Formats: sequence, structure tokens, C-alpha cells
Amino acid sequence: MLIDSGSPGAVGTIGITLTINGERRELQVAPWTTLLDLLRERLDLTGTKKGCDHGQCGACTVLVNGTRINSCLTLAVMKDGAEITTVEGLAGLTQREGKNSLHPIQEAFVEHDAFQCGYCTPGQLCSSVGLMNEGYAKTRDEIREAMSGNICRCGAYTNIVDAIEEVMHQGDAR
Amino acid sequence: MNRFDYVRPSTVAEAVQALGSDPAARFIAGGTNLIDLMKYDVERPGKLIDITRLPLAEIEERDGGLRIGALVTNATLAYDARIRERYPLLADAILAGASAQLRNAASTGGNLLQRTRCYYFYDTATPCNKREPGSGCSAIGGVNRIHAILGTSGHCIATHPSDMCVALAALEAVVQVSGPQGDRAIPFAEFHRLPGDEPSRDTNLAAGEIIVAIDLPAKGFAGHHTYLKLRDRLSYAFALVSVAAALELDGQTIRTARLALGGVAHKPWRNTQAEALLQGKPATRETFKAAADLILREAKPQSTNGFKIELARRAIVRGLEQAAAGTPQSQSDKRIQ
Ligand SMILES: Cc1cc2nc3c(=O)[nH]c(=O)nc-3n(C[C@H](O)[C@H](O)[C@H](O)COP(=O)(O)OP(=O)(O)OC[C@H]3O[C@@H](n4cnc5c(N)ncnc54)[C@H](O)[C@@H]3O)c2cc1C
Ligand code: SF4
Ligand code: FES
Ligand code: FES
Repeated sequence: MLIDSGSPGAVGTIGITLTINGERRELQVAPWTTLLDLLRERLDLTGTKKGCDHGQCGACTVLVNGTRINSCLTLAVMKDGAEITTVEGLAGLTQREGKNSLHPIQEAFVEHDAFQCGYCTPGQLCSSVGLMNEGYAKTRDEIREAMSGNICRCGAYTNIVDAIEEVMHQGDAR
Repeated sequence: MNRFDYVRPSTVAEAVQALGSDPAARFIAGGTNLIDLMKYDVERPGKLIDITRLPLAEIEERDGGLRIGALVTNATLAYDARIRERYPLLADAILAGASAQLRNAASTGGNLLQRTRCYYFYDTATPCNKREPGSGCSAIGGVNRIHAILGTSGHCIATHPSDMCVALAALEAVVQVSGPQGDRAIPFAEFHRLPGDEPSRDTNLAAGEIIVAIDLPAKGFAGHHTYLKLRDRLSYAFALVSVAAALELDGQTIRTARLALGGVAHKPWRNTQAEALLQGKPATRETFKAAADLILREAKPQSTNGFKIELARRAIVRGLEQAAAGTPQSQSDKRIQ
């Protein structure tokens, strides 16, 4: 058994290690803490949004080891050892490559007016980076389909697809 | 969410032991269904057994087919080169479901065991025989637009929501499980159950058992197949009706036919009589209509889901046409050809 929170009834916290936006953190968490709540409530990383808390909107999308998932439907303890990137860390991905700027997808969102209220945007951005890391979606139809897990109430969809297309064709997304 | 104990075993034996005979313990894999249900208090586990570190995340060659570990994610499976080439029906069905984020997290085993999306099942303020045996079924005579038209009982009319499972039914996959009594194999058709008078049991998995793998037989129907999913919006929505169709043809004559429906019953719906009817017949619309009529002869509408019968009839015909023509439904361009 790798981990055991203790005998039934006497539930304690569990020690985990996460690398969040490049910073290694040792944390004690209660097992029922979702990754989303850990980020927002404990670590003050409030860029990641809680829309529905049920996997239905994508506002909580973050990258776990480079893969996009809904942070509302995963427990922080289950990600022990993982590398987490949130919207606050996207520029850092670019800076690691020696550039002092926003991530290209962030620049492209600004360029293309790919948001109005901005509530869905952190999730859209992380999802876009995840999509490019995956490398499967190429055509406009495929991008639209692969971004369907991110709902935008303001309806900025067309401009979001434009932004992703542009960065994908620059080919310098991480 | 209620409070619970958390353990993270490293072997299957440890996981099975940790579950033991504790009715309040649950395995957790992707968590995309279980955590959702826990947030609604539909599930209140006393102990969660995190199985994500078990060595069950491989796809291996086996007897001319493939063995898919229970922890292979839905995304890994859908994009695996062997699956795309030899079992494109399965890849398409997976990509028709949920969202990219959810597919990245969701596991093969968890997908089989995901629970119904019946509104009342999720709402603890209403009676539901599946959630609380004996309390009644709120969907019968209630809001049942998404509910079943085949294989229902007076106790439950819920559907199984998975897309992947519809393809696995058509491909005649086999579920490999391990438990306190040892290992056993369950043919896909016998894995999920009809509600009968025990709707709280979705599957024939015994208490204490864990899914370790899904086996795909050699035959993948890569030449003639389709997964056609009809839903309220074009993506990120559960099926109202879906069809997995797979054919082998000799010229224009059907040699073998497999057909499974999603969104219409408590399990992926197969009708082997209809498959037998297709065999040896010309691959024409008339033949396909006859099969659809046979399947839907026993269909029973609820108060607000009668539209599903005609929708299913047309989806079956169109699905078989797509399969016969070798033009499977695209999962990104949603136009139905
Ligand atoms: C908004 C939304 C939309 C969705 N849309 C679709 C859709 O269109 N089509 C579709 O098919 N699905 C859809 N899904 C469902 C999704 O596919 C499932 O939630 C997912 O497949 C479950 O897998 P998991 O690994 O996350 O399961 P978990 O949540 O980890 O587990 C589910 C159940 O399986 C049990 N379990 C898990 N692994 C094992 C194992 N190896 N052995 C024994 N028991 C096990 C758990 O104890 C639990 O009871 C959607 C989900 C959401 C939230
Ligand atoms: S259809 Fe089944 S799941 Fe839905 S309320 Fe009735 S018993 Fe519960
Ligand atoms: S908050 Fe996670 S998907 Fe909506
Ligand atoms: S910009 Fe407002 S929800 Fe997307």
C-alpha cells in the first residue's frame, strides 16, 4: 500500500507533493479536497474558475503533466507527484524558453478578441494549450470539436478558434 | 461531499483486499463520474481506493486481438494507432462522448461502470429505485425525454449513458475481472443488466470485484462500420439515440452484421435476431428497414420520449447505410451523410 489515510473514523490529512507552475510544493490536504478547491481556496490561484463544479463547462481546465483535465472532478490527493499548470503559469512556459512575454495563445486571444466577460478564458487558454500538446486537431472543424468541453456564455467561439488556428500555424506553442 | 478514508494501493491484490466486503468502499479511477455523484450526495463512500497507480494502463496484443488495461484513458484508447486502424468503430464511439478534458481523465473500467444520467437518480429529494431501492420511480410518468424505450421495467426506465460501451457491445468485447474468488471473464452482453425488479444493480460485477481489462476479439470490422450519435447539441451531450453498426460484405451481400444501440435501454441494446435477419441479405435500405422494424417491434414509449422510436428506426437505417457504403460518420464534421 503506497498511502493510507489511517483507520476508518479517524480521517486525517495526507501529505502530497505537487509542482504548481514550476514551483514544488509540499502540502497537507484532506482527501475530499478537489484540485480546483486546493488551487483556489488554499493556494490563492484564483485564475482557474469554478463554473459548474460538475465537469459540464470547462472553466476549471488545468494542465496535469501537460494534459488538460477538469480540476473540479479530480481529488488533489490523486495527483500526488504531478506537475500542474494553471493560467497563472502559462506565461512561465514561454519564459522557460527564454522569452519574456505572455504565452503565444494568450497573445492570440488578445489579438483576436477571443473573450468578452473573460470568465471562461482561463479554461479556454489551458484547454487550447492542451489541444496543441495533444496534436490531433488540425482543421477548423476538428479544433471546434476538440474545444467543445469549454463553454463560453458570451459566445466568443469563432474568435477562440481563430486564435488557436493562428498559434497552431505559428507552430511555436508548447 | 462527505468525509472518507483514502487509500492508494499499488497492486491489484492490495486493491481487492482494501475493498474487501466493505459495502461503503469504492474504487476511484478517473473520478469523473464518482466525484460528480459524491458532490450530489448520491454516492457517500466511507473509503475511496485510488486505483490509478495499479499497473493496468497498457494496451497489449492478445490472440489476434487487443487487451486494454482498465486504467487506459478514454483518450489514449481512442487515439491509439492499433485501435484507430483495426477498431475504428471503438475510436469513433469514444470520440463521440464527453469532452477532450473528460476523456483525458476517464478510464476504460470507469466508463463501463458510469451510472445513468436520469435526473431523478441525481436528485436525492425525489424517489428513485436505483438510488434507493423500494422508493419508487419518479421518471415513470415524470420527465422522461431521455429515458429508455426498450427493456424497461415497472421499476426503472433509465438508460446506460456510455458511448464506448455501445461499440464494445457490437465488437463482442470481454470484460476481465479479478476478485476475492479469483479471476473471471464476462462476455460484454452479460456485463450490464436490464433493470427488472433490481434496478440498483447496473451490472453483473460481483461485490468485491475489480475490472482489470477489456479484451477485443480479432475481428474489428474496420472496413464497414459507423458510430452515429444523435443528441440535443452536436458535441458534449449524451446520446438520445446512438447506433454502432458493423458489417462484413461479400459484394453487396451481408456476410456478418453487428448492431448495438445506445440511449434506448438500461444497457447497450443488441438484438441477435435482427443481426441474423441481415445475414445473407442484400445491403439495401429495404433490408435495413426490416431489421429496424424487428428491433423496435418491442419498443415501448414513456409519456414524453415516444419520438425516440422513430428516431431510432431512422438512425438504424442510416447507420447501416453508412457502414455498408464504407463512409463512417465523422466525429468532427457533424453533417450526417
Ligand atoms: C459533463 C459530462 C459529460 C459526459 N458525456 C459523456 C458522453 O457523451 N458519453 C459518454 O460515454 N460518457 C460521457 N460522460 C461520462 C464519462 O465517460 C464517465 O464519467 C467516465 O467514463 C467514467 O470513468 P472514470 O474513470 O472517470 O470513472 P470513476 O468516476 O473513477 O468511476 C466510476 C465508477 O466505476 C468504478 N470503477 C472505476 N474503475 C473501476 C475498475 N477498474 N474496477 C471496478 N470498478 C471501477 C468506481 O468505483 C465508480 O463507481 C460524461 C461525463 C460528464 C461529467
Ligand atoms: S428511471 Fe431508474 S434511475 Fe430514474 S428515477 Fe426511475 S428508478 Fe431512478
Ligand atoms: S467547473 Fe469544472 S467543468 Fe465546470
Ligand atoms: S468570455 Fe464570457 S463566458 Fe466566455
